[in-house]
Amino acid sequence: MRFGIAVFPGTWSDRDCARAVEVLGHQSVPLWHRDRDLGGVDCVILPGGFSYGDHLRTGAVARFAPLMESVQEFAASGGLVWGICNGFQILCEAHLLPGALTRNVSLEFRCETAWLRVETVDTPFTRACHPGAVLAIPISHGEGRYVADAATLDRLEAERRVAFRYVARDGSPVGEASPNGSLRDIAGIVSEARNVLGMMPHPERAAEPILGSEDGLQLFRSVVETVAERSVFAVAP
Amino acid sequence: MSATPAVSPAQLAEVALTRDEYELAARRLGRVPTPVELGVIGAMWSEHCGYKTSKPLLHRLPTTGPRVLQGPGENAGAVDIGGGLACVFKIESHNHPSAIEPYQGAATGVGGILRDVFTMGARPVALLDSLRFGPFEEPAQRHLLDGVVAGIGGYGNCIGVPTVGGEVYFDPSYRHNCLVNAMCVGIIEQSKLTRAAAAGPGNLVLLVGADTGRDGIHGATFASVELNDASSERRPAVQVGNPFLEKCLMEVCVALAGDPRIVAMQDLGAAGLTSSSAELAHRGGCGIELDVARVARRERGMTPYEVMLSESQERMLLVVRPGDAASVQAEFARWDLHSDVIGTVTGTGRLVVADAGQVVCDLPLGLLIDDVPLRHPEARRPAGLEVSLSVDPLAMPPPWSMAETLLRLLRSPNIGSRRPIFRRYDHQVGDDTVIRPGGDAALLRVRGTGGAIAITTDGNGRYAALDPRRGAAIAVCEAARNVVAVGAAPVGVTNCLNFGNPEKPEIFWQLSEAVEGMREACLALGVPVVSGNVSLYNDTQGVSIDPTVVVGMVGHLDDLGRRCGAGFAGDGDAVLLVGPVGMDLGGSEYQRLAHGLNAGPRPTLDLDLERRVQAAILEMIGAGLLRSCHDLAEGGLAVALAESCILGGRGASLTEGLFALGAPVVQAGLLFGESQSRFLASAAAGQVDAVRAVARRHVVDLRELGVTGGDRVAVTAVFDLELAEVARAHAEALVRGEGGP
Repeated sequence: MRFGIAVFPGTWSDRDCARAVEVLGHQSVPLWHRDRDLGGVDCVILPGGFSYGDHLRTGAVARFAPLMESVQEFAASGGLVWGICNGFQILCEAHLLPGALTRNVSLEFRCETAWLRVETVDTPFTRACHPGAVLAIPISHGEGRYVADAATLDRLEAERRVAFRYVARDGSPVGEASPNGSLRDIAGIVSEARNVLGMMPHPERAAEPILGSEDGLQLFRSVVETVAERSVFAVAP
Repeated sequence: MSATPAVSPAQLAEVALTRDEYELAARRLGRVPTPVELGVIGAMWSEHCGYKTSKPLLHRLPTTGPRVLQGPGENAGAVDIGGGLACVFKIESHNHPSAIEPYQGAATGVGGILRDVFTMGARPVALLDSLRFGPFEEPAQRHLLDGVVAGIGGYGNCIGVPTVGGEVYFDPSYRHNCLVNAMCVGIIEQSKLTRAAAAGPGNLVLLVGADTGRDGIHGATFASVELNDASSERRPAVQVGNPFLEKCLMEVCVALAGDPRIVAMQDLGAAGLTSSSAELAHRGGCGIELDVARVARRERGMTPYEVMLSESQERMLLVVRPGDAASVQAEFARWDLHSDVIGTVTGTGRLVVADAGQVVCDLPLGLLIDDVPLRHPEARRPAGLEVSLSVDPLAMPPPWSMAETLLRLLRSPNIGSRRPIFRRYDHQVGDDTVIRPGGDAALLRVRGTGGAIAITTDGNGRYAALDPRRGAAIAVCEAARNVVAVGAAPVGVTNCLNFGNPEKPEIFWQLSEAVEGMREACLALGVPVVSGNVSLYNDTQGVSIDPTVVVGMVGHLDDLGRRCGAGFAGDGDAVLLVGPVGMDLGGSEYQRLAHGLNAGPRPTLDLDLERRVQAAILEMIGAGLLRSCHDLAEGGLAVALAESCILGGRGASLTEGLFALGAPVVQAGLLFGESQSRFLASAAAGQVDAVRAVARRHVVDLRELGVTGGDRVAVTAVFDLELAEVARAHAEALVRGEGGP
């Protein structure tokens, strides 16, 4: 299968995402922000970075890139769209996901390993995970505090759209040790149709044991399984 | 002919030239320099660009070796790391700007050193920062620290190059002159290394990137004078960084490396267009003609003088053949980067600057670069040094128990955990950081080779204050030990010499001695210096910083599988001291904490022993005999023990009887003394004999001290602490509630 990895000016996780895809033995192509053609990819990754310098607000300019028009259409037709870090911020700005990412409560940038509990395996991005598994995935952001109004949060919970929650290493509530102060410790959510995932942590940085964790590969594998299954159905009579 | 004093003392002060230097310039020129020429000469003859004080000394450093691909003289040095790849690296100071405006000063320091590396075509893969501040307990110093850390992170995190290491020390000598030294490391295929030497008269000069503004005018000369109360008024001399723009610039420059359309590439740093164009032309034995009217401005009404001396960031000069200009400009335009043809390469050996065709500056490049009037100040050993050196640290009984001393040392801002700082830096982007900050050296995988590079910075100003020669040699050895501890062989050095005003004989003596010490250590360890930077005039109101030699070192490891961490890796392993037992308390962190002193004999250093110990460790790690290895540094053996326990998440018990013998001060000397040439290692019990055999072959002492495991950090009959308490003390050192770092 083929991943498409968006490149905005200021994107820096594109190469890391390509590496993770390569580790799994799959292919990726860069998707330039000014192009509209998604090149027939099976999943679009909006990677981390500071797209357009994060001018105005994080993700606020990237949302208007020509590429994002195609991504919107792709998502609307059920295509898999995966926003990581800045990508999550862009998805919120583009209203493909509800809520917003604001400054960490510490008011500081944070780069460290976070522990994520898999809250649902009923998504194309987490189906290969064990329910309730705790994954070691690095974070690297200054504006990763997920916020939304209470009604939206309740709805996300009710529809089991919270994909990941920050927890302590043993799976217990993260409490004061939250890396950014996200409401309800939310680290990642999916869209109503479950084909769009936004998450602040960087699974592509947890793709090789030599770098400390390969837990992130479970997410990439989930996508690969989903795409394989879809293609089977697609060719079925 | 004697030059008429057509220039006022105020004008000379503005360009930091002496009357003698001015007259020399006028004599060489055969006429009075124009105002633009005066600014150009002042910048090029400043210490920052011209190294007029340090150049005669720096020639003493060894700069060659079988791995050296590029020594000093280019934007950065380069060494061969196998697989057809070069490692490009340099360290540079941004001290003066950071003292005035910590966020932007530090941010643009990072931006500048990144450009030095990608100018050579190399993709930057790592950043490190060596920082010095006044006492951490003082809010003003924590404010500076916070601003500098935010600035480093603000730039590095945004541009997507990991900040993988560095150091920070706090000492009253840096209260008015903080030090911010930034190092960048890049990797490139050797065949694509890009040089900054103009060639081919008639070729075009492209200025790419940011528009030019009034920011940073006189930055180079500002960095070459002492700070004073009025220095905060120099804030306009501090530049403002735009990491987003630089990220785009970096992507294009890295993509253009090795492209036949690029004749030369040079970044704009100190003294902006002036030094970049002059150096570009001079390196290639050419001349250059610029027209400042073609330079895109961000402000109206800028004079040619201001355009030539602006230090606006994120700008590059490229030399291209006339037929290639449009296609190269298109490469930049794809990333929304502006570029202008602002001049041509000539064969005249002159820097000619015009303003809409009217010549405002016409100077021979030789005058600007070869004829920098070198200063040979008087050198004098400081009076009173003998008194300091004669203090006997072993005559001062320790004020605390050994347990309490250890906890106090771990809580010391000079020793405790740096996590509150490095977690504010993205240290993982790029997915190659195998050993993260917190170990001895950072270790980065080199893709496609199976190998890795180890990177560190080091430099203890306290030793150098007592003895600059020894202190500088120790800085080299300590940096090498950091690299060796992870299993890598040192391959190259970049240095940043931070000193006070060299016009003071005592300071010049320090500088001269320090260079000699570096030379001796580099020769002994066989590591060449391939790049570097000098920062002088780190004085405020007559008070100078401690001489601070910061050594950035790169090591190479052939087989990533043969690396070693600093944390104890298993229970029941033997804890080993590789190297001599020592009690050097002079200049130690213990001495500062317990007695408020920096005095007494500085640590002894036997360079041949140092070389043998490092060779032994490399052989042990290479043979897979060690489970952990940690260099002994500030805080000595006991602090190294605590750190290996904390990093490994397991305790250790030292049963070696030596530590319980003798008076308390002897115990303190053995546990906290900072004797050199030592490592604390661990090995599986079954491997100890093999480790011993390696040590014997290198004629190196090896002592089995105890065993790993459990949840206590203990030395029989001396102290017995809970690991959790030890870890807490270490973690708290740089945490001071609100407003802290």
